[in-house]
Amino acid sequence: MANPSDLYQTTVREKIFDVLNYLFLSIVIVITLYPFLNVLAISLNDSTDTVRGGIYIWPREFTLNNYLEIMKYDNLVTGFVNSVLRTVIGTVLGVFIQAMVAFTLSRTDFQGRRFVSTVIVLTMYFSGGLIPGYMLIRDLGLINSFWVYILPGLVSAFNIIIIRSFMDGLPFSLQESAKMDGANDFVIFYRIILPLCKPVLATIALFVAVGQWNSWFDTYLYNSMNESLTTLQYELMKILDNTSMGGSQDANSMRPNDEQQMNRVSPQSIKMAITMVTVIPIIMVYPFVQRYFIQGMTLGAVKQ
Amino acid sequence: MDVVEKREKIKKSRLFWKTLKSQKMLYAMSLPFVVWVFVFNYLPVWGWTMAFQNYIPGNPFWQQEWIGFHHFIQLFQDERFFLALRNTLAMSFLGLLFGFTIPIVFAILLNEVRHSLFKRITQTVTYLPHFVSWVVVAGIVTKVLSTDGGIINDLLVGLGVLDQPYQFMAEGKWFWAIVTISDIWKEMGWNAIIFLAAIAGLDPQLYEAAKVDGASRFRQIWHITLPGIRPTILVVLILNIGHLIQIGFEKQMLLSNSLVIEYAEVLELYALNYGIGLGQFSYGTAIGIFNSVVSIFLLLLANGIFRRYSNQSVM
Repeated sequence: MANPSDLYQTTVREKIFDVLNYLFLSIVIVITLYPFLNVLAISLNDSTDTVRGGIYIWPREFTLNNYLEIMKYDNLVTGFVNSVLRTVIGTVLGVFIQAMVAFTLSRTDFQGRRFVSTVIVLTMYFSGGLIPGYMLIRDLGLINSFWVYILPGLVSAFNIIIIRSFMDGLPFSLQESAKMDGANDFVIFYRIILPLCKPVLATIALFVAVGQWNSWFDTYLYNSMNESLTTLQYELMKILDNTSMGGSQDANSMRPNDEQQMNRVSPQSIKMAITMVTVIPIIMVYPFVQRYFIQGMTLGAVKQ
Repeated sequence: MDVVEKREKIKKSRLFWKTLKSQKMLYAMSLPFVVWVFVFNYLPVWGWTMAFQNYIPGNPFWQQEWIGFHHFIQLFQDERFFLALRNTLAMSFLGLLFGFTIPIVFAILLNEVRHSLFKRITQTVTYLPHFVSWVVVAGIVTKVLSTDGGIINDLLVGLGVLDQPYQFMAEGKWFWAIVTISDIWKEMGWNAIIFLAAIAGLDPQLYEAAKVDGASRFRQIWHITLPGIRPTILVVLILNIGHLIQIGFEKQMLLSNSLVIEYAEVLELYALNYGIGLGQFSYGTAIGIFNSVVSIFLLLLANGIFRRYSNQSVM
């Protein structure tokens, strides 16, 4: 046993450590939250008043005008609709297909299992790269098409592996009895396995949905010429980009440079309101689904 | 002998077709997607041939002119390529150094919190930025660092550190730091999850025993927690090294501007600007191939070192 004076010292030191630890983590919380609160406060503040500065986490002259204002921009409304569409369609289709492939791979009696598994898992370890990928999409005629948002990432090896490892834990006897009753493999998958996989499917669905909602690069690369196919993130990117450096245009030849009504003089308030619109859906859903995210993260990590 | 073998073969192939017939549904549920990944993941690799051609879009494959390693030679003579390589390596190294160690420290500190509500709140809050797009994060960073009303400048001027607001986003020498810090801000909490899970999996009896022996909390961290999560740390480290050069280009692209381009252009951005921006598909592909080859080399190297020290392999 340690002698009493040592013990006393360690407890004091531990107390100090505890205080510092709580203090440090509180600072981390503030640093993480402040920017969001700041954006929210500015988006809710009168835009001429904002120019005076000094808005931190609370609006001085509360207004919803900034939000009403951004609804007037057609591109933003189109972008919002497209973002919702790609999120919904991409998630439903993606999760269904990934679960279906995972099901065939979880069937140890499936004789094509080795082949299918190898071909799909290998895709995690290489990639053709940016330019060849672009050329492929172009040759497939997917440029200027909504489907470029959905099709390329539909069969994700990583997600399939996670779903399969969940299915591996289900008793095979469930399938056998259904087979006795004459159900074919698709019916077994759809009626029996799929409902049992709800927890893992929720996790995957959330990953896919967040990925879809947050993408902007595919719009930029493939659909920037077509305003009817724009997405919310891409519109936000254009607005932030064109004004971020006091309105200076980027030398980068790839940057979009279209003369939209709001690009040049868009006040901060408008930018912040749009930022909020892209973030709010995530903030609203996030607390309810956090559990699934973490579950998926640890599951994925184990499988890696 | 021959006859027996033949019979075996016929039997086997019959069995194969029989099983195939009975499993036709399983095939129908998976083969279309094998074709799918073949198109979207394997076919682009065929595009690597472009790097060895003077590729002209629209011409059929057999009419392209083959020019060997010309593009690679050109690449190694371009000053901009070396700048891009420097930027890629610098930012990935910084990302590895801080982006990897800080979540470990954060997880350990979080684990020491006894107050479970506080712990949960900290977790919920710090995971949040992970789910926000880089577009939004870039906007936030720009706002926080801006010269009119950005909190950093307000604080620094208010505390008397600076006389007047400083244009952080316009200075190349700050760019690497800005990217690294934004990345930590966005991913620290999220990347700590795996370490928190590893810590939670440690045997509580170890801590009990240490307490009986009079070990302080610091000693417990040093002698139990850290060695306990060592395997996890190693695996994450190897995976990070494997992705060292594939740092992506999203954050660089979104946070950069013409004033800092010399410090912001990474290899993939360079490939994008040349390959698609200027229509030099062959050259862009050559850059991409260089990127992949270096990345695979680093992964193999890291894996080799890992195997040597721990008799395990991550691949």
